[in-house]
Amino acid sequence: MPQTPLHAEHARLGASFTDFGGWEMPVRYTSDLAEHQAVRESAGLFDISHMAEIFITGVEAASFLDYALVIKSSAIAIGKAKYALICNEAGGIIDDLIVYRLEENEFLVIANAGNRQEVVAALKERAETKGFNGVEDKSDDFALLAVQGPRATELLQKIVDANLDPLPYYSIATGNIDGVAGYLCRTGYTGEDGFEVLVPSSSSVQIFNALLNTGISACGLAARDTLRLEAGMPLYGHELNLHVNPFEAGLGRVVKLERDEDFVGKEALIALSTKDQDTVLVGLTGEGKRAARAEYKIYDGETEIGEITSGALSPTLGYPVAMGFVRKANSELGSEVSVDIRGTRLPMTVVKLPFYKRK
Amino acid sequence: MSNPENLQYTKEHEWVLVEGDLATIGITAYAAEKLGDVVFVDLPKVGTSTTYMKICGEIESTKSVGELYAPLDGEVVETNDSVVSAPETVNSDPFGAGWLIKVRFTNLPELLTVAQYNELTGEA
Repeated sequence: MPQTPLHAEHARLGASFTDFGGWEMPVRYTSDLAEHQAVRESAGLFDISHMAEIFITGVEAASFLDYALVIKSSAIAIGKAKYALICNEAGGIIDDLIVYRLEENEFLVIANAGNRQEVVAALKERAETKGFNGVEDKSDDFALLAVQGPRATELLQKIVDANLDPLPYYSIATGNIDGVAGYLCRTGYTGEDGFEVLVPSSSSVQIFNALLNTGISACGLAARDTLRLEAGMPLYGHELNLHVNPFEAGLGRVVKLERDEDFVGKEALIALSTKDQDTVLVGLTGEGKRAARAEYKIYDGETEIGEITSGALSPTLGYPVAMGFVRKANSELGSEVSVDIRGTRLPMTVVKLPFYKRK
Repeated sequence: MSNPENLQYTKEHEWVLVEGDLATIGITAYAAEKLGDVVFVDLPKVGTSTTYMKICGEIESTKSVGELYAPLDGEVVETNDSVVSAPETVNSDPFGAGWLIKVRFTNLPELLTVAQYNELTGEA
């Protein structure tokens, strides 16, 4: 199983490992809850080097991405970023991505680890259709470190020469991190402020340790999952997959339909945008301590109306939170449903996402 | 945390302390560590019958659900209420204050010795 360049560091710190997206990744170092809390209250460091970095370069880079993805990448200003989806012709989601515009003619696309091959293949195929030759998967050259939490910027600043404060959310800048040139992206997957730092794999051990030395705590994927769930952020393979369209996943706003140029999935997505969705993704909260987890069935009375996609006892809120798809008719805020938790039906209420929003 | 010598074990990672016809049961440090932070414990009620290697309770962490298998046939005579109100005790003291249930039994099945359990979990 592939490992990130930081694997030995994780082992040295006493991490337990898990298979995530085909990678052997640290699930926790000591305690999921303590790591979760560190991010909510101070700052946490995640190795997310398993994620894919794909560079799109050339004079046609912007127009190629306009065709390949559902967003209008050509409208992204240099130094800014946008959340995006790559869909198939049927409007199904191949992956969710972040697109950063580095230069007029250079973009960075960050994709999920488990979808790396699919995304690279789709981009290359679409590039061939357009006679474009600027798609390069550089995932192995880079390590990606997420520094997240209310103190993330302050602590990261200690080892970065560029001034981080003025960088807005969803922007990217270059800078030296512990003396090594890299990218500083003000993005994240925790619901907190922070950065995702892209550095050469060869310097990743040095930078990882320099970040720990500033007082940032190493955090595993277990905490990352509960953090993103509280923040109402979808996880591919749970809320999103090839058979889910952006509109039922609550991501209709991401798809830019009103544009002249063609893009992959356009026709299907236009049709899907006007159709009533059978099921939609909702947030659910419950009482007590028992979590509704992925694949548990959701009921209205005795009628099965959907399925949980992610769920946990929220470490920050102290009650169960979940996301899941339910029939449109049951998706209104305040709707009472029940979830079969290993043979016991427990009531849950449809609520607005996110569950947690930073102050 | 090493596995105490005075306990017996199951392949599902329960430990059993036998005193007369009374068995105190919990999950091992290995199981607790695999689960992660325990946030909810669901134990059988006092008076419930237990059946050898049948599920009799649940231990939930933020990430997953672990099942408590009854290591022997018997009747639950006591449950650890302090673990129900403070489930993190299962992580902090799995072989002590983190015990889960006490079962009165008539027959003691063959359980794993500490050496066998160490071998199962790959501990020296």
